[in-house]
Amino acid sequence: MHRGNASTVESSPARFLIRVPVPRSCAHYLGRRLFRFLWTVHGLGAFALITLGVMITKCRASSRVIYPLAIHEISRAGLRLLPMFLLVAAALGLVVIGQAVSWLTRIGAINYLGTIMVIVVVRELGPLIAAMLLLARVGTANVVELATARALGEVEALEALGIDPLHYFVAPRVFGMAVGIFSLTIYLILGALVSGYLWAFVQEVPLQPADYFRQLAAALSGLDFALLAVKTGLFGFIIAIVTCYHGLAQPLRLEEVSHATVRAVAQSVIACVLLDALFIVIYLIF
Amino acid sequence: MKAAASNPAVAGLALEMRGIAVAAMADPGTILVEGVDWSVAPGDFWVVGGQQGSGKTDFLLMTGGLTAPVNGAYHFFGNGMPMFEENRLGERLQLSMVFDEGKLFNRLTVSENVSLPLRYHRNLTVAGADAEVRPLLDLTGMESWADSTPGAMALAWRKRVGLARALMLKPRVLLLDNPLSGLDLRHRGWWLNFLGQLSRGHPWMEGRPTTLVVTTHDFRPWQGVGRQFAMLKDRRFVVLGSWQQVNAASDERVRELLAVEAGSN
Repeated sequence: MHRGNASTVESSPARFLIRVPVPRSCAHYLGRRLFRFLWTVHGLGAFALITLGVMITKCRASSRVIYPLAIHEISRAGLRLLPMFLLVAAALGLVVIGQAVSWLTRIGAINYLGTIMVIVVVRELGPLIAAMLLLARVGTANVVELATARALGEVEALEALGIDPLHYFVAPRVFGMAVGIFSLTIYLILGALVSGYLWAFVQEVPLQPADYFRQLAAALSGLDFALLAVKTGLFGFIIAIVTCYHGLAQPLRLEEVSHATVRAVAQSVIACVLLDALFIVIYLIF
Repeated sequence: MKAAASNPAVAGLALEMRGIAVAAMADPGTILVEGVDWSVAPGDFWVVGGQQGSGKTDFLLMTGGLTAPVNGAYHFFGNGMPMFEENRLGERLQLSMVFDEGKLFNRLTVSENVSLPLRYHRNLTVAGADAEVRPLLDLTGMESWADSTPGAMALAWRKRVGLARALMLKPRVLLLDNPLSGLDLRHRGWWLNFLGQLSRGHPWMEGRPTTLVVTTHDFRPWQGVGRQFAMLKDRRFVVLGSWQQVNAASDERVRELLAVEAGSN
């Protein structure tokens, strides 16, 4: 079998493709991509650490200027998005319950409805969907605002006034997005769990509310609450850092704002998915 | 560049540069000006001329401590120029800058723009800073614009907001990038008069003469206002002297800044 395969490869055009050296332009392309990736990771890491340093060392400095900005950001990344999140929560409950009920009923495992809701909504889809919605509604606006401010010289103006741009522009956004996404994720999950039951009720599933919530409570553990808080906070932190970094950390011209926005969105999505994968590993270990 | 070490030889000077080289902010690899030897005494009024693209703005950004010089020694009131060190913030606030076109914060109103440095450094609310902001808005003729945002204003008024914001903390040294560009005669007159008052000692500055450095691509309006002139020419900083010396210069580049053909004097 092995020889057969080898002879097949050797006698086919694939042999030529395997032995042909990688074109230099391809190697250059891959090298550039790798270098750019490492450079971005390095820049984002440094930006995140410096921002954390500023947030810790200046947490009480100029509170009458910075705190109102933070409250504004919490409102923007939290309260104002609530109607949209409740709509998505209703849809999420429908999607999960709609599919789960039909299959669980067939195999007589309707008692696992609560468990499935916890696994799918609380651990996975709830935080990830909340992060994507926050990125779409607030993250993109963040990049555009900051990149425009950078291109129009507002950063230099702040520095000339002795004001740290990270303290004024970035710290309120990071705090606001981390708090905002945590609250929104809780509402999204609660909304999806409730709407899930309502959809089950509409489908005449023989499940009492008390049984449903008992299933949910049994499926939830202390680790779920702890990891949910950490995960959503980190999603908010990552989205805020990536979007602020691309808007603020390097000199920009106005025509580069759209490119910066696209880069920030792509990198935020990748970073959030990677973080989510990390949490799946943590769940599997514990 | 030496950081904060005090230098008695230059202690009496507001600004002191020796062998300074300036790179472009947008492209740090490009040297725009080099070999700058320049002394500015407290209360001086310098006008630095140069053609467009000669590096005036980048030179002013370096002078304001927003970019570091590529090499050379730069002292500010006898100490190394404060960059962004937290422990030297007080020194840094002795110097302020008015940008070409204002560079205002577009999401803030005029009143909020002007009060921002005061509110940030003294931790005040908008209402708390109002008592100090209103007189400055009156002084600069901006009182009727207090609640407007910069996007709704003409360039001339945006420039004045930039000036008011820079004066909020009563700095000892004020750097102005091309303050007269794009202004009509009435606004030019106001600026020249106001800067003249600042140079002599304005009541807002408690009568203390403010050290002024302005950049321009036209020396003519500064006759009788600016007291010392210099220009950026061929990547060099050239001290020209008083208005009489500028007016008598035969150098073609100087004559261009006076809008006079070389040899016609």
